[in-house]
Amino acid sequence: MNDMIEVRNIKKQFGERVVIEGVTAMIRPGQCNLIIGASGSGKTVLMKCLVGLLQPDEGEVIYDGKNFTKMRPEEKTEVRKEIGMLFQGSALFDSQTVEQNVMFPLNMFTKDSYKNKMNRVNEVLDKVNLKDTNKKFPAELSGGMKKRVGIARAIVLNPKYLFCDEPNSGLDPQTSLLIDRLIKDITTEYKITTVVNTHDMNSVMEIGNYILFLHQGKKEWEGNNKQIIFNKNQKLNEFIFASEFLSDAKDMRMLEETGKIANDRNMDELTEEDAPTLIPPPIGDENKE
Amino acid sequence: MYWKEFIHQCSEIGIGSLGIVVIISVFMGAVSTVQTAYQLVSPLIPKSTIAQVVRDTVILEFAPTLICIVLAGVVGSKIASELGNMRVSEQIDALEIMGINTKTYLVLPKILAALLVIPMLVIIAAGMGIWGGRLAATAANILSGATYDKGLLEGFMPYNVKFAMYKAYSFAFIISSIPAFFGYYVQGGSLEIGRASTKAVVTSCIFVLFADYLLAALLLPK
Repeated sequence: MNDMIEVRNIKKQFGERVVIEGVTAMIRPGQCNLIIGASGSGKTVLMKCLVGLLQPDEGEVIYDGKNFTKMRPEEKTEVRKEIGMLFQGSALFDSQTVEQNVMFPLNMFTKDSYKNKMNRVNEVLDKVNLKDTNKKFPAELSGGMKKRVGIARAIVLNPKYLFCDEPNSGLDPQTSLLIDRLIKDITTEYKITTVVNTHDMNSVMEIGNYILFLHQGKKEWEGNNKQIIFNKNQKLNEFIFASEFLSDAKDMRMLEETGKIANDRNMDELTEEDAPTLIPPPIGDENKE
Repeated sequence: MYWKEFIHQCSEIGIGSLGIVVIISVFMGAVSTVQTAYQLVSPLIPKSTIAQVVRDTVILEFAPTLICIVLAGVVGSKIASELGNMRVSEQIDALEIMGINTKTYLVLPKILAALLVIPMLVIIAAGMGIWGGRLAATAANILSGATYDKGLLEGFMPYNVKFAMYKAYSFAFIISSIPAFFGYYVQGGSLEIGRASTKAVVTSCIFVLFADYLLAALLLPK
């Protein structure tokens, strides 16, 4: 199948420390694929193995049926031209403006006229809702804007694959949601195969078409955002329901599922009988007796 | 794109260091003149010998070695910290993902630019050093401008200039490649960038001095 990435039995260790082992997965083409797990579970190392920034000690990464891990450097370069990546810290070039950052891949790999390249830059900046920032330097942008410039730069060459390493780290919940929706929109509109590395449960619920859960470097669970709430995996549940609020949300979904409450009822309508611990106190009333 | 980066580096290394090179060279020549005059007290030695000594000292040692040690600090720390920062902030990874050979794109232009520009800086330093010596000689009334000029032409050995250029090319390679290595392979955060930068400068200086001795031992006729 086109644009498919297959991960076969990947193992990577640094010295004596095995970071990921025996990870096998099938990345769904044209969908948002999420790698989730606690900090130190090996998400970033797995993603770096996928894009070739790290060479796995064992196993294979297959792009469109071609073994990426065994390719020669020049063959890897060709595959990488079809990959766009958003880094955790955005990785924008400090000495270049937003416009120059986004135009950089076009300058490197196309022979288009300046006007055409400029049009493409404006098109992608428009796509990520960044207007009038062309001449600004990365230091003048907020965290969310930097991420959006990073996304614009990643998609400017119309890649087949988009990799996002912790796209929500350091962002407020509202901006995180915007970034999630942007990633989802881009995936759908450009039919890109997207792989997102995150531990943000909002992202999981918002965009997780396929979810791979890593625990201590091993694949513990895989599924989608509908299945994850009702999963029976203890380690996954410990990870996703670590916060009391999410645990409450699970209770609510359970109640919905079992028909105890209607799907369209909101939290305020729930009674103590429905779920005793479900309704958090109103904001500002936390300290009231 | 690589050409653009090369020109950018030539400007950064060359124009960026020109001011400090000129200042150091002028004072270096001036001090050489004053100190040589202080030591040459015999009335049997003609005053024009001072110019000869200053010329040969500046061409053989001060211009290539001293200037390159200064450049190891100025240029070396800049290269190491720039590459280190790019590594730590994942900019190098971003270039790799784009399919760009980062060693060719980031490191090679710096080394080539240093190989082109640093010998030019050494030539400028030699010229400015000799001029600085003349300035000090006339200002302190040590010898006249005409005597200084006469001394410059006496016993001139063109091989000295050639030897200075051998040194300049060798040192240019050292002070660009060693900091590039330390910066490119840095791991950690801002603290490690600082450490890498310091290590790069210290290692470059040691290598410059070692190469200085090695070249003198190998290339100067006995």
